[in-house]
Amino acid sequence: MGISKAQLLQRLQAQQIHFSQYDHPVVMTVEAQAKHVGHIKAGLSKNLFLKDKKHRFYIVSALADTKVDLKVLSQRLGLGKGGLRMAPEEAVVEVLEVPLGSVTPFALVNESARSVSLLLDQGFKTHECCFFHPLSNDTSISLHIEDLYKFLKSVGRMVAYVDLEANPTVGKDQPPDLAALVPSDAPSIQNISEKTATLQIDGDVKSKPVAVTAKASKVSSGQQKEKSVNNANSSSSFADPEQFIEEILKKASAIVVAEIKEENIKQHGGQLGAVVSNSLRKNLSLELKNLATMFKNTAYTEGFGAGIRCPAKRL
Amino acid sequence: MEKETKADEEQTQVINPWEVSAKGKIDYDKLIDQFGCQRLDQSFVDRVHRLTNRIPHIFLRRNVFFAHRDLNEILDAYERGEKFYLYTGRGPSSEALHLGHLVPFMFTKYLQEAFKVPLVIQLTDDEKCMWKNLTVEESKRLARENAKDIIACGFDVSRTFIFSDFDYVGGAFYENMVKVAKCVTYNKVVGIFGFTGEDHIGKISFPPVQAVPSFPSSFPHLFSGKDKLRCLIPCAIDQDPYFRMTRDVAPRLGYNKPALIESLFFPALQGQTGKMSASDANSAIYVTDSQKAIKEKVNRYAFSGGQDSIENHRKYGANLEVDIPFKYLSFFLEDDEELEHIRKEYGSGRMLTGEVKKRLIEVLTEIVERHRAARAAVTDEMVDAFMAVRPLPNMFA
Repeated sequence: MGISKAQLLQRLQAQQIHFSQYDHPVVMTVEAQAKHVGHIKAGLSKNLFLKDKKHRFYIVSALADTKVDLKVLSQRLGLGKGGLRMAPEEAVVEVLEVPLGSVTPFALVNESARSVSLLLDQGFKTHECCFFHPLSNDTSISLHIEDLYKFLKSVGRMVAYVDLEANPTVGKDQPPDLAALVPSDAPSIQNISEKTATLQIDGDVKSKPVAVTAKASKVSSGQQKEKSVNNANSSSSFADPEQFIEEILKKASAIVVAEIKEENIKQHGGQLGAVVSNSLRKNLSLELKNLATMFKNTAYTEGFGAGIRCPAKRL
Repeated sequence: MEKETKADEEQTQVINPWEVSAKGKIDYDKLIDQFGCQRLDQSFVDRVHRLTNRIPHIFLRRNVFFAHRDLNEILDAYERGEKFYLYTGRGPSSEALHLGHLVPFMFTKYLQEAFKVPLVIQLTDDEKCMWKNLTVEESKRLARENAKDIIACGFDVSRTFIFSDFDYVGGAFYENMVKVAKCVTYNKVVGIFGFTGEDHIGKISFPPVQAVPSFPSSFPHLFSGKDKLRCLIPCAIDQDPYFRMTRDVAPRLGYNKPALIESLFFPALQGQTGKMSASDANSAIYVTDSQKAIKEKVNRYAFSGGQDSIENHRKYGANLEVDIPFKYLSFFLEDDEELEHIRKEYGSGRMLTGEVKKRLIEVLTEIVERHRAARAAVTDEMVDAFMAVRPLPNMFA
């Protein structure tokens, strides 16, 4: 579950990060936010929640008047020309775990947003303080951008300052300059259906995409669910002997059950045992060997980790 | 006139570590002649079968690994009870790994298991930093990312040492690099690799880096005291120049020459004139491709040797020489009998291209899915474990 606004503010205070808090009615755009806190000397931010074709997510957080060109960014990240889109609304809720209209860099503290990459407008550095939503768009807090940066780095998130208006050439001899900011994993979220919404970005629109057309969901969410459940199963079955054995027995049973049927019994009679045994060997050897190797590697890694953290023996 | 034709002949295929291209099909026989290595014939495959007591890997059975240098010496020594170690590597130029990249690793994993020997894997992040003009940070990052895919191929951590040049070069490794560099003149390296006066000195001084993992003394934490331990290098045949140079230098340094076992190139989806390229997304099946993408790529881009109409196809059969789906099946379809069946039916025209493609999609999807599941289980800490400079006490067990 995502942490609450109150929990976040508590954490900031605990880390002695100074911020000023302004409560106001719910705002869905930078314009609306400006009506309530625009008079205060602090930079307003617009926050875009983006997704690439490999289901990796990005937050681009910029000063309200910085021009953000998704096509340019897409190329600079090495995603090709049309590789970046606004993320669907469900993703805001499921990945960032904040309500619509509240996209904020702070969302990265949530586990589900662990592999979201944050691109911060380097223009923020020119302001004493900048405004961000503390996980909810009925409040704005202003703080120094360095504090935000350090806070998110301290929880191990991917954050970087970027000159968002730069437009360097990307080609064979000029590698994409932001390629290092692409997350290495996609978050494992179930049930994100593929709805692509076309949108318009002008300076006034915040995270909520202005949907012009929405294509029907392509990938069935059922398939996605299965895939991520499978992943979850396999990664823990490599660390836990019980699950590991369960996995093996499941696969073996499936083959045995498939082989023992009427026609086979008739055909092989007493020899059926040998036939099933051969089938098991033929179909499972490779797969089980791979499973066992991963199990061994995982165990070794755990030992290795423990070993390097073990304080030196006192003589 | 004569000079021109000779130059023309030399230009018909260009194979070196940085470029693989040919006008038409790659002539592997000519390559073997040109490079001076040996063909790997059936007697070797049988011998490996006997020595390891298990069915030879599909890449051996189907002649994917088709050339070698001194493999017989390695096998002779092995029969006498003398072990060896394996050395292979990857140039981490991109995050996008395709099946062609996995070929040497799949084979090396089999060798490790079959012969029960240790393995060192070199990630040449420095090379890619130089040749592809990446930043140091980016090449190091790619090296670690690629390491995850490599580990996902199923290497045994208690027998495998993965290292990146930026991390590891130094100490005894660097001492060997200097020793090798002293033995190779500028002219020689230009002759082998085709460097020009415009190339920066980083490139020219790189070859020793790829040469010295062939010498056990480069890894004192693994092979200390085992200076005569032999080395076998599974690689694609375009890497041969590095090791020709290494084999030339080895005796002068008092080291054993490394042995090689070489593979042909995984053909691009669109046909046999080159190899899969990480920069052309439709030339290859990537390990991150979804089931849907694999299906689309095979159906749309795989070059078919079938005839242009069903009647002609039933009459003449498919041209198996150029048919990509069949070629790919010969790489990846385990069942020899089934492949033979397809060869007969498709070659005679009784089976249609669509069916062959369908089977290929199944096979490829299974491989890619399995790889993905294994990759998901590889953590950063596991990469650290594989890359830690640590002893491997059971490496020959």
